[in-house]
Amino acid sequence: MASPNNLQFQEFEEAAELLSADPGASTLSMSGSNTPNTTASAGEDVKLDLSEDEEGQQESSELLGGQKPSGGFWTFEYYQSFFNVDTMQVLDRVKGSVMPQPGRNFIKYYLRSNPDLYGPFWICVTLVFSMVISGNLSTFLAERKNSTFHYRPQFHRVTIAAVVIFMYAWLVPIGLWGFLTWRQGAERQIGGYSFLETVCVYGYSLFIYIPTSVLWIIPYDWLHWMLILIAMVISGSVLVLTFWPVVRDDTKVTAVATVVTIVVLHTLLAVGCKLYFFHAATSPPTALPTSSTLHNHTTLAFKTD
Amino acid sequence: MAASEEASRSFAGLSDVSISEDIPVEGDISVPVGPSRRDDEFSTLDEPVKDTIMRDLRAVGNKFIHVLYPKRNSALLRDWDLWGPLLLCVTLALLLQGGAADHEDQGGPQFAEVFVIVWFGSMIITLNTKLLGGTISIFQSLCVLGYCIMPLTVAMVVCRIVLLFSSEGVITFAVQLAVVVASFGWSTFASTAFLADSQPPNRKALVVYPVFLFYFVIAWMILTYLLQQVFSKRTQP
Repeated sequence: MASPNNLQFQEFEEAAELLSADPGASTLSMSGSNTPNTTASAGEDVKLDLSEDEEGQQESSELLGGQKPSGGFWTFEYYQSFFNVDTMQVLDRVKGSVMPQPGRNFIKYYLRSNPDLYGPFWICVTLVFSMVISGNLSTFLAERKNSTFHYRPQFHRVTIAAVVIFMYAWLVPIGLWGFLTWRQGAERQIGGYSFLETVCVYGYSLFIYIPTSVLWIIPYDWLHWMLILIAMVISGSVLVLTFWPVVRDDTKVTAVATVVTIVVLHTLLAVGCKLYFFHAATSPPTALPTSSTLHNHTTLAFKTD
Repeated sequence: MAASEEASRSFAGLSDVSISEDIPVEGDISVPVGPSRRDDEFSTLDEPVKDTIMRDLRAVGNKFIHVLYPKRNSALLRDWDLWGPLLLCVTLALLLQGGAADHEDQGGPQFAEVFVIVWFGSMIITLNTKLLGGTISIFQSLCVLGYCIMPLTVAMVVCRIVLLFSSEGVITFAVQLAVVVASFGWSTFASTAFLADSQPPNRKALVVYPVFLFYFVIAWMILTYLLQQVFSKRTQP
């Protein structure tokens, strides 16, 4: 019939005009409205439309999950598109990572196809410095009464902390994204998360450790472990709530194994940082020079405590 | 022809320059009276070296005064230079040396570490500002961030002088802590006053926070040095 074809053609024109005016807008609405309604039959239709309209964009949009970056990766604007956030948006996302709610998927609710690199990067940097400074202060406060104690700033810890935290914030999302993409197979575009969204979720989930590390200055061991527990529950639940909807379609074993791995790695990071940087009741291994016998006695006394 | 005669008349003093009168000589080689071009090589090549050095020194000193009384002024941004930041960074790094009594395991920042933190940190903040859509150029931003380290360097000098004269532990440290915190606030405020205009208003806080973190880390380095000094003095009989 003539009229439906004409209507369809006009819609295309409008869409093309919209696309040329604002490259991000119409692609957002297409992927956003189609994703939750996808069933097996509609999925094929959607895929066909996608491949017709956005062949060229599909490669580059995989990284951002729907938002087209402008220019190639050698232009400055490409990287500027990763920092396209306002103050209120960043604060919103931080709030969402601290107060997870069972109905809200962090990526779908807060990121909304606009993942950013500002949050993850500066949260990691702040975490590095807060860990080192708080660890230093807690050691100082705990050992201050010891007369042979020589205060040392231990700046080499900044390097170690930076390497550990940045590797965690980048390598684990790469591994997780790769694994999920492999399991998704051909249904990559629907239901899976883009690489940048994964990095974003992991970065924001690390935020809760910043106030935790500051509170670790108080030199009581039971307080440390309680704080770790609270932080892990909050942070882990953000991650689990985000990744469970993606994994639950898989086989039961894989789904549970994936979620358990996520939580275990998060736990390892928290406990490892706590053990390395904060020594509440035991003597720190490298701070005291062992040059005199009096020193050895003191060290031994602490170790048997 | 009339033009060439006029030209040769006004250049009558240059009789040793051989210009044939048949060839019309046109052009204006007088120094322009408009806004002076500082880096015009013709006009600065003949001046005495003292003038050249004094001009740069005066520019650097002028910027120090601008940091002391931070006003929303674009003079600092327009004529950027990196001498001031280099001088401040070297001074700070030198002052942070010579920490603990036993030198084999200081734990304090090495000279290179201070340099890396200051310059690398400034570079990252500049990159962050530009990625968020700021209109400031890279070197202007480095210039501002470097000059605003000055209050912290002054605080370091003051604290070291205080250390030379006092023997008490906690009161000395409290005074030094107050001085360092005040100078940290001053540094952050000064650099924000210069950098704030170049950002869209809904992203100002996103730009200010890394600057805050940067000066906080430098203030922390100074404080750890002072802690080391004050508390090693206490344990010495």
